[in-house]
Amino acid sequence: MTDDRNEPIDFAPGAPHGDVMSETLSYIIGLGFALVLTAISFWVASTSSLWGPGVAVGLVVLAIAQMGVHLVFFLHITTGPDNTNNVLALAFGVLIVFLVMIGTIWIMSNLAANMGPSAEMMNLQMQH
Amino acid sequence: MSATEAVAIGLTHGGSEDTGLGNRGPESKSIVVPYGFWLFVLSDIILFSALFATYASLSGATDGGPGSQQLFDRTTVAIETMALLLSSFTCGLAMIAAKRSHMRWTQIWLAITGALGFVFLFLELREFAGMISEGAGPQRSAFLSSFFTLVGCHGAHVTAGLMWIGTMMAQIWAKGFREHIVRRLLCFSIFWHALDIIWVAIFTIVYLIGTLP
Repeated sequence: MTDDRNEPIDFAPGAPHGDVMSETLSYIIGLGFALVLTAISFWVASTSSLWGPGVAVGLVVLAIAQMGVHLVFFLHITTGPDNTNNVLALAFGVLIVFLVMIGTIWIMSNLAANMGPSAEMMNLQMQH
Repeated sequence: MSATEAVAIGLTHGGSEDTGLGNRGPESKSIVVPYGFWLFVLSDIILFSALFATYASLSGATDGGPGSQQLFDRTTVAIETMALLLSSFTCGLAMIAAKRSHMRWTQIWLAITGALGFVFLFLELREFAGMISEGAGPQRSAFLSSFFTLVGCHGAHVTAGLMWIGTMMAQIWAKGFREHIVRRLLCFSIFWHALDIIWVAIFTIVYLIGTLP
């Protein structure tokens, strides 16, 4: 670490920066957020008071929020100029993850719906 | 563009030390190594995204065998989630202690991190053993193959992480907080936090959405 506070310094992901109190506080805040989001996830999944079809989408949103909390408070990925490289790498990773997942699910569900003699036959083939 | 302007908008490199190569020279190792490891972790997450995509495509292909509703127990998953989240937290505390070269607290927090990782791994292996003994092993159906691949791959990563914790504790103990040892420890913490991020996706998609009423 350096004493010169005026220059932006490139920053490694996961490295805590600051004094003991503020660093510890960052982890405690992150833990608190993560605990709350986890608790909400498990509650949403088990309650029957919410509109059923929306629950899965809500759970995905909660999971993405919790991943954001982990990235910011545990891995210290921020929007600061010292973090540009880390953020760009992350953005590219997220892009590929979405391409792989959405592309696969889209193509495979299309295949399942449009190919083969019937939906049941397709299902049978996938099971072997 | 003047040097001060470049600094103001964050275009300079190597502010942390003089590399002798001017303003745009290479970064120090303490930046380059964790950054390279960050790229590895992101590529690892992409590997997991392929496994998630496989699981999503095959989750209905149970071949008349047991589905996620019959197999998964939310209480176990909640305890596993707690263990991994707390271990991520204590791993961060270990990094705070390590930055200040505090031997005792670094070792204590790393030991707690490892112990929580063991709790997680024990519960996961117990779940796997229970499923296999019920005849719901990976060869039963495409759904179970993809389940064991996805969750097992995460478990294998946790196992590797546990071995890594042990190695780091021994290295810190034997060699002290030398620069390259602390760098390795930082890479370990990135790895461990990333495992927790992947677990968030697993418990949401596989266990919670899989067992919705």
